[in-house]
Amino acid sequence: MNDWQHNDTPVSSTMLDAWRVDSGVPPEDLDLPDGWEMVIGLEVHVELATRTKMFSPARNHFGGEPNTMVHPVCLGLPGTLPVVNGRAVELSIRVGLALNCTVQRCVFARKNYFYPDMPKDYQISQYDRPLNINGWIELPSGHRIGIERAHMEEDTGKSTHVGESGRIHDAGYSLVDYNRAGVPLLEIVSHPDIRGPEEAKAYVAELQAIVVAVGASDGKFEEGSMRVDANVSVRPAGSDELRTRCEIKNVNSLRSLGRAIQYEARRHVDLYRAGDRPVQETRHWDEEGGRTRAGRSKEQAEDYRYFADPDLVPVDPSPTWVEEIRAALPPLPRARRQALIDAGGDPASCAIAVERDLDGLALAVSAAGGDVPRSLVHIVNNLVVDGAADLDPTGFVELVRMEAGGELTSTQAKQILGEMVSSGRGPAELAVEHGFEAMDSGDLESMLDAIIADHPDEWQRFVDGEAKLQGVFTGQIMKATQGKADGKVVAQLLAQKKAIATP
Amino acid sequence: MSEPLTRQEVAKVAELAMLELSEDELITFTGQLAAVLEHAQDIDDLDVGDVPPTNHPYPLTNVFRDDVIEELDDIRTEVLAAAPESEDGQFRVPPALGEED
Repeated sequence: MNDWQHNDTPVSSTMLDAWRVDSGVPPEDLDLPDGWEMVIGLEVHVELATRTKMFSPARNHFGGEPNTMVHPVCLGLPGTLPVVNGRAVELSIRVGLALNCTVQRCVFARKNYFYPDMPKDYQISQYDRPLNINGWIELPSGHRIGIERAHMEEDTGKSTHVGESGRIHDAGYSLVDYNRAGVPLLEIVSHPDIRGPEEAKAYVAELQAIVVAVGASDGKFEEGSMRVDANVSVRPAGSDELRTRCEIKNVNSLRSLGRAIQYEARRHVDLYRAGDRPVQETRHWDEEGGRTRAGRSKEQAEDYRYFADPDLVPVDPSPTWVEEIRAALPPLPRARRQALIDAGGDPASCAIAVERDLDGLALAVSAAGGDVPRSLVHIVNNLVVDGAADLDPTGFVELVRMEAGGELTSTQAKQILGEMVSSGRGPAELAVEHGFEAMDSGDLESMLDAIIADHPDEWQRFVDGEAKLQGVFTGQIMKATQGKADGKVVAQLLAQKKAIATP
Repeated sequence: MSEPLTRQEVAKVAELAMLELSEDELITFTGQLAAVLEHAQDIDDLDVGDVPPTNHPYPLTNVFRDDVIEELDDIRTEVLAAAPESEDGQFRVPPALGEED
């Protein structure tokens, strides 16, 4: 038995044909059978938030009329020479340090291939001497993912095919816009340490948080500021072999990334179980069809005929410069999560708060000696709105204090919080305006006594154990207080009175 | 690089570089390239363990420019006028054959 015939469960020939010829409908259940695990490495391209392009002074900006943000250098016109954007190098080093990489002397190389969106017929990239090497990041789960390298390169232009069906192989022609050509990119290559679609999404989300935190990129998927290619293979669970991988391109969202990985891994497992095996190739994710399709066979690295670009001299960041950049880095997501956890938050809520960049609110509550878990409930559930990031921490601290002190019920606090975000006003004045004044529990008790006196039969049945009548009394008191009573306090009062009345 | 360079290898490199070579040219360039590689082989045989790798003939590093935009007046009109074909402010080119990388 060959090592790849790991499992003898039969696979239907129809399904196998679908996997092989890229037609047919994929099976609904894409979970891997027991005994298999995924091996995933990701290549993430990040557009750097510079004013100008990597090697030319043309504007780096998303959108705009085609071919208005160009310059002879990024159009590859004869007689022009590239000059490195120092700011792009600095931002690349920031990311490298945030990814715990070693920053080293590095060299630009030409990657040679012909495609109309690349006017020079080579892309300036880095090959055997990249800027950042050997790093890692730690996901909220605690799992560390190794970073092989993070190297600098330039983006390509955008070509649009104009043809009858819009498919690339049809006759017709293409239109090319070079606004994006030459935009500085950092390509971050992970080790194959990722074990599933959810972890892949968590990894990309963490990278996004890091590049945004250090100011290197806006991290917007929808504008192509972050683009992900996934290298996927499978192996018997627990083994350490690396089998044939396929590279999946055209993944445009985190959701697609997860779906594409799940599909591809299942395809590999089914091929192995049928005594077949995948071939190394580039595959394209088809969002509507929910499957990957074979593209052209993967070009071998040497086919790009990389060589050091003679137009550019090496970049050799001095230790002083690197340390200056390191010292100026803001707190990173991992440290921010830990700070919140140390302040008493639960890890899951802390991860969400940092992801939404609202951890500062909870930390402000913590600094004021407030109720951090209560603040996290608001951050996780009630602040999923535009403008939440502009919320005044002082007002938020005050709101949490009012709620914790019983001046506001949780429902009232939620309503006021929404209005604080939309109006920018403080919680105290909003509470007064709504008449959400503190309901003294003494007042409540006398009102409750009056209600009990008015409903002696119901009260007796409640005392005798008819629990559903609690709702009647709660309803009566809410009616009497126009909803201002705290439901928890009412429940406590009812329980106390019932205990006294019970023989 | 101890194997001798073959004509097939040269043909493949020419194809990757989109060069069309005649049979005669292929023979000529195979000979010339083989001589270049032989020279590289001679250098390979030297013990250069103490010599740091050279990335560039100039002893320069960190040649940077400031991140300052240089706007060029109506660059689009100028460059599109030089293009063989254009349409809607874009360069019009033959259909791309491969899939986008």
